[in-house]
Amino acid sequence: MATKLKPVDIVIVGLGWTGGIMAKELADTGLRIVALERGIQRDTDPDFVSVTKDDEVRYVRRNELMQDVTKETITFRNNTSQTALPMRRLGSFLPGDGVGGAGVHWAGITWRWMEWDHEAYTRTVDRYGKSIIPADMQLQDWGVTYAELEPYYEKFEMLCGTSGKAGNLNGKIVEGGNPFEGLRKSEYPTEPLVRTQANLLFEKAARERGLHPFPQPSSTASQPYTNPDGIDFGQCHYCGFCEQFGCEANAKASPHFTVIPLAKKNPNFELRTRSRVLKINLDSTGKKAVSVTYLDARGNEIEQPADLIILSAYQLSNVHLMLLSGIGQPYDPATGQGVVGRGYTYTNSGGATLYFDENTHMNPFMATGGTSSVCDDFNGDVYDFAELGFIGGHQLSAGHQGARPIGYHPTPKGTPKWGSEWKAAVARSYNHTMGIGGSGAVMAYKQNYLDLDPTYKDAFGRPLLRMTFDYTENEYKMSNHAADVAVEMAKTLNPKSFTRNTKSGPYSIVPYQSTHNMGGALMGTDRSTSALNQYLQSWDVPNVFVLGATSFSHNSGKNPTGPVGALALWAADAVKNRYLKNPGPLAPS
Amino acid sequence: MSKRNDDECAVDRRNFLKVIGVASVSTTIPGVAIAAETTAMGHGHAAPALGSRPGYVFLNLDEGGFIEAAIDVLIPSDSTGPGAVESGVVIYIDRQLGGAYGSGARLYLQGPFQEGEPEQGYQLPFTPAELIKAGIADVDAYALEKHQKNFAALSLGDRDAILKELDEGKATLATVPAKIFFGHLWSLTQEGYFGDPIHGGNTDKAVWKMIGFPGVGNIYTDAILEYRNKPYPVEPQSIQDFS
Ligand SMILES: Cc1cc2nc3c(=O)[nH]c(=O)nc-3n(C[C@H](O)[C@H](O)[C@H](O)COP(=O)(O)OP(=O)(O)OC[C@H]3O[C@@H](n4cnc5c(N)ncnc54)[C@H](O)[C@@H]3O)c2cc1C
Repeated sequence: MATKLKPVDIVIVGLGWTGGIMAKELADTGLRIVALERGIQRDTDPDFVSVTKDDEVRYVRRNELMQDVTKETITFRNNTSQTALPMRRLGSFLPGDGVGGAGVHWAGITWRWMEWDHEAYTRTVDRYGKSIIPADMQLQDWGVTYAELEPYYEKFEMLCGTSGKAGNLNGKIVEGGNPFEGLRKSEYPTEPLVRTQANLLFEKAARERGLHPFPQPSSTASQPYTNPDGIDFGQCHYCGFCEQFGCEANAKASPHFTVIPLAKKNPNFELRTRSRVLKINLDSTGKKAVSVTYLDARGNEIEQPADLIILSAYQLSNVHLMLLSGIGQPYDPATGQGVVGRGYTYTNSGGATLYFDENTHMNPFMATGGTSSVCDDFNGDVYDFAELGFIGGHQLSAGHQGARPIGYHPTPKGTPKWGSEWKAAVARSYNHTMGIGGSGAVMAYKQNYLDLDPTYKDAFGRPLLRMTFDYTENEYKMSNHAADVAVEMAKTLNPKSFTRNTKSGPYSIVPYQSTHNMGGALMGTDRSTSALNQYLQSWDVPNVFVLGATSFSHNSGKNPTGPVGALALWAADAVKNRYLKNPGPLAPS
Repeated sequence: MSKRNDDECAVDRRNFLKVIGVASVSTTIPGVAIAAETTAMGHGHAAPALGSRPGYVFLNLDEGGFIEAAIDVLIPSDSTGPGAVESGVVIYIDRQLGGAYGSGARLYLQGPFQEGEPEQGYQLPFTPAELIKAGIADVDAYALEKHQKNFAALSLGDRDAILKELDEGKATLATVPAKIFFGHLWSLTQEGYFGDPIHGGNTDKAVWKMIGFPGVGNIYTDAILEYRNKPYPVEPQSIQDFS
């Protein structure tokens, strides 16, 4: 039997980027807030200032900061004709675990998504008509525009000390920034990161091909910075142990030293670590959440009643908890009915690897998550969908993110897989190689979705989340196009040799690709195709808000945390200034 | 793969130790045999000092010999740089298999089990330690049937050919799928070879020196611009150097 605790006003499930933002924004209301986080607390000092933090075996190969699949995992299949099998080991993506979530060990790349991304359906149909949309593609709008989110994007960048160069400042196109970005009201809080040799080569090739390169916006502070909340950031060390590692300098923005300590300053806020939420409990009408059930550090089952519940447990866990708790109707791919689990999307890629001679020194180990240069010439709706034959676009970039040798020891095409020749190629290539990578959009399709697995269970006896996902022609064409452009750019740079890299064959859960899982509880203005309204509030259970990329109706060619953070701030604003004053639906259904 | 001649026969490791006059076989030091052999065959790298290596925590001597014989083919000692054996990779593998990874930490092992598609990833009920142990026995049986010798007693060329068959899934093994066994062995080999010496491999950071990786604990805030497109020749640092 669960121990039932005294009610509180708000429960936050999962304390990473989105939960941390919500906690900080609501903490000064004086309401009693409890955050339940399944993982442990880690702090920059002592956890990341120690050199043991720079351990590729421990953190990349053994995933110490990530979700433990022996406790919770998913099952996966490419399509409904297969039997989904458990993801027995982490691979394709790495959900975070612990206070700060994946914000502790992300790469810091921070985008505002393009205006098109927020209104993908309307802007596509306005320009091309409905006929351009493939029959199985579920293209839809967010219900909130870029212009509406602009102040929240700005607030998130200020919070994070994001480095970069504006390309569209109040409608004026600025040389050196991204000319295709939506209008920004202000410059980035810190200057762009140092340009590396790979960045310069990419920029040269891009300009020669008439493209518009600019420095990667990144939440690794390029100079010491104090954010508007008074949180101090150190200057980035370019130490090369960034993505998948904690940061020793507090240069990489993370909730664990920004929003979470601010929330903790309020006595009405309480964080309970090692507290894993199993379920949200609804009342008999099924339209109101009354409590959450969780396991505490000693494994005791606890019921915590609350008036308002914020789900911020990362995209996959959010959808899992909604399905387990009966929040919203599960999606059925056969009929297209239902909304929870609908529109699961992921990452696409294509590019080239360039091998130079000994006179080009990349020093790939001097890097941070954001030491890249980028082009948006084929992203969003900058290019012609009809001409190129795909929707969504890709973003080309180049630069190293660190070169830890277990994971990074590229060899040119034709090199044997092992032996002396292989070793010679490894030694020859290590410091003289760069990639030009296209990070591509993945659109939502009728057949790609999330539901509960009929067979496999997690360590707590709950059915695992089942993922059914594969790419379609739209993604393969995009991947090939990215590779074509990358190859053209490679030729301009005249390397000793290069390889062309594309997506081919079905999506595989095995190699790491990105932790950019999207969708499953989309936001929108039509409750027949979205689980959440534009304030990330459940249509069906209005005292539940669901934060994170769960709400994105496609994955753009850009990393998600910029809009994830902006939307968390947008939702926090709506909760604080509207919902708490008058609890109930914030949008007409 | 390996460029060495097929007729460079590996000597049975216990006998070999006698041949080169190691005083007491009972104090057999894992990791030495093949490295010593390599030196004797003139590949230009000094054998590590005898007695400088710790013993095994998990592998038995035959398994250790098997892994040495395999990784010596995968990453031989040559004029480019150190081989996997002299780099202590077998020690790395031994410690990994004897530790949390080997016993299935962060590996979901609930049934039911079925093979599935390659895109669905690892689907066997074995922990990594069980997989490697079973795979070694399987490959030895395979070698015995094919060449009437244990894998470790085969020539470099024959070992290379068998590893290739495993990698390509052409060999059928009794217990574990060949490709999956090889994949694990090759991953572990690369981890030990390229990883931080604190874990037992990459002896003297020689692999990092070979490729030019400056190691851990670095602050490149100034160097990143100062050394842009220039060599950065520094002595690498490992976690151990800070300990
Ligand atoms: C290696 C890596 C690199 C990345 N790099 C980038 C990048 O460069 N740019 C970018 O835009 N994005 C990047 N991301 C993605 C980014 O980290 C996420 O978008 C972001 O952290 C999502 O915020 P969130 O609040 O939804 O989830 P998280 O920050 O992951 O927080 C979720 C929290 O919920 C907890 N939790 C989950 N389930 C439960 C439960 N049942 N009970 C209690 N607690 C629970 C988790 O332990 C976790 O702490 C990266 C991710 C990874 C893993």
